[in-house]
Amino acid sequence: MSRLEVRKTHKLFIGGEFPRSESGRVLAATDADGVVLARVARASRKDLRDAVESARAAQPGWAGRTAYNRGQVLYRVAEMVEDRRSTFVRLLAADGRGAADLEGEVDAAVDRIVWYAGWADKFAQVVGNVNPVAGPYFNLSTPEPTGVVGVVAPEVPPLLGLVSTLAPVIVPGNTAVVVASGRWPLTAVAFTEALATADLPGGVVNVLTGGADELVPFLASHLGVDGLDLTGADRSLVPDAARAAAGNVKRLLVDPPDDWWTAQSPYRILAFSEIKTVWHPKGT
Amino acid sequence: MSDPIPALPTVDWSYAPSVESTAIVAIPAEQGLWIDGSMVESRSGTTSTTINPATEEPLGVVAEAGEEDVDLAVKAARSAHDSVWADLPGRERAKYLFRIARLLQERAREFAILETLDGGKPIREARDFDLPAAAAHFFYYGGWADKLEYAFPGIEPRPLGVAGQVIPWNFPMLMLAWKVAPALATGNTVVLKPAETTPLTALEFARLTAEAGLPDGVFNVVTGAGATGAALVAHPGVDKVAFTGSTAVGKRIQESIAGTRKRVTLELGGKAAHVVFDDAPLDQAVEGVVNGIFFNQGHVCCAGSRLLLQESIHDAFVAKLKDRLDLLRVGDPLDKNTDIGAINSAEQLERIRRLVAEGESEGGERWQPACDLPERGFWFPPTLFLGVAQSHRIAQEEVFGPVLSVMTFRTPAEAVEKANNTPYGLSAGVWTTKGSRILWMADRLQAGVVWANTYNQFDPASPFGGYKESGFGREGGRHGLLPYLGGVA
Repeated sequence: MSRLEVRKTHKLFIGGEFPRSESGRVLAATDADGVVLARVARASRKDLRDAVESARAAQPGWAGRTAYNRGQVLYRVAEMVEDRRSTFVRLLAADGRGAADLEGEVDAAVDRIVWYAGWADKFAQVVGNVNPVAGPYFNLSTPEPTGVVGVVAPEVPPLLGLVSTLAPVIVPGNTAVVVASGRWPLTAVAFTEALATADLPGGVVNVLTGGADELVPFLASHLGVDGLDLTGADRSLVPDAARAAAGNVKRLLVDPPDDWWTAQSPYRILAFSEIKTVWHPKGT
Repeated sequence: MSDPIPALPTVDWSYAPSVESTAIVAIPAEQGLWIDGSMVESRSGTTSTTINPATEEPLGVVAEAGEEDVDLAVKAARSAHDSVWADLPGRERAKYLFRIARLLQERAREFAILETLDGGKPIREARDFDLPAAAAHFFYYGGWADKLEYAFPGIEPRPLGVAGQVIPWNFPMLMLAWKVAPALATGNTVVLKPAETTPLTALEFARLTAEAGLPDGVFNVVTGAGATGAALVAHPGVDKVAFTGSTAVGKRIQESIAGTRKRVTLELGGKAAHVVFDDAPLDQAVEGVVNGIFFNQGHVCCAGSRLLLQESIHDAFVAKLKDRLDLLRVGDPLDKNTDIGAINSAEQLERIRRLVAEGESEGGERWQPACDLPERGFWFPPTLFLGVAQSHRIAQEEVFGPVLSVMTFRTPAEAVEKANNTPYGLSAGVWTTKGSRILWMADRLQAGVVWANTYNQFDPASPFGGYKESGFGREGGRHGLLPYLGGVA
């Protein structure tokens, strides 16, 4: 006698918890052939506001962690993704590609998280500076996180694109509100379940499934968001989002990389960092 | 028996001005636009008269560039970029910048006088700060021109193309240097729009670049007001926009380039907190606070315009501050003794008056030292506002004038909360003798520049720029190269 499978409910990830959309709306997640795999929550504007609020509340604490600790937490995220390899392979397979590519994307995603984890306590050394000013002053420039950053994850590759945009945002102490891939949301939901077991404080990463076209305008105009990564966004959304972002002088990352498989750079971290320069006189 | 001691002669200790001569400055009666290496008449045909804000006397007529003029300037810059500048070896670009720096040093006094005449700032500041600092920026960035591949790891440095740069009237030559030096060092060419009230030094600088032998079209100047700036920013041939000015205009610029591939840096307004703890050396702190808000008539985006005093020292500090303000000399900017010169324009004076009136109507207590202001020209005395609440407009809005709002706090945490309670984040100051507290405060103040036990220090090697709505991107230092470089992926 065959056993009936227990299916998963796919929910949002806000403030370290897994709520349904307050709107009660859901979307069908389908495979490449259009077969419905599951329902996912279709986040509303109110869900997005809740996510920004959580990200805002979590930001000082996350930035206040030592860089060493943030690096370890990120490494722990990599461990949790590696541990769920079979889950991700199964979910990624929904697009109908071959097995080698599935393993390859999980490999690349895990390695990318590890790569950024290592930057946590090195980034300030590479982009910071002692400045030789022409006077008796100590003068030091160091990077600090921008604050709350909106991330529009690319549609594909579903897992690698998500970690390639998210990891550089949170490494230096930003918190994130992520609009997940609309076409392949199940991977993003599985990823939030990895995050939930990775010692990441609640609210550091918030992930919304639903329509990017519906959520991005609100994300771009929200005054509680300090920066916006549009590199993964559909190009049709970019002009309006960039215009709305000017309302509070958001920092923007706009141009998509040539290839998500090679898109890793400390300058993605710098895009959502602020250089702070401190002066102090020298004297007795 | 000695003779009685003779009476000492009477000495007149009353004030004697020491006025800088303007004889070495010749201002052309009418000037055009600097496009492709020479002064040309504008196609627009419209002009404006720039005046001396200390006397309201006209200084000269300048062109107001229209869209056609801006187009010609951008095309000249593009052509110079493609044909000569971008591919010139860095060591050669460097030497042009060094030449410019040297010429600026040689002609510093002339430029300083021109700056004071056109903008109203005290000659002491133009002479001892603006011009030496401007020359230093060209020296600093000249040295980078052939070392760009060493500036940041992993980059493949290349210029972006044509930079459209719009600068304000508070430090015309220094803002020009902040913008132009890194742009040229990185192989970009420039179309500069100086502020409408202070065009003269930029035009004189244009002639200086010709004297330096800078290839035609590498540096262009289009004078004019907001419409000229908007045309420059909107021009499709501009690859890089750099703007220093108000947050309101900065937002409009960010909006206007949305969806284009233009890169942008914005250095916008500020409402800096200047925090003084009870263990600070009070007399030094008073000097720092005075320098922080009254330098350049308070026409400084990073001015320390919100004084946060620890409650226990409020009365003693304010008494010292008032004593110090009594000694500030307001008047003729050409007088070498002048501390506070003329307000830059009638429009700016009106804005200051309006905000000060609102400060009073909201319940702030205005205090000004007794001082005689000249009859003609635009003047505003140094002003304190006591009993200010955080919600008062005088504590929220950038006045951009010699007006200081005084508030109090009890604990370091409260100081941080009040200091950060603003959409701006350009600069902050903190005075305390406790080292660990300085670093604790510096970590928490949301500001691009934190001056601890000093204020208003600037250096070409030190990055400057804002957090939050004070803008993004840095000018100065190694970081000042990044906004002008392609190949940073």
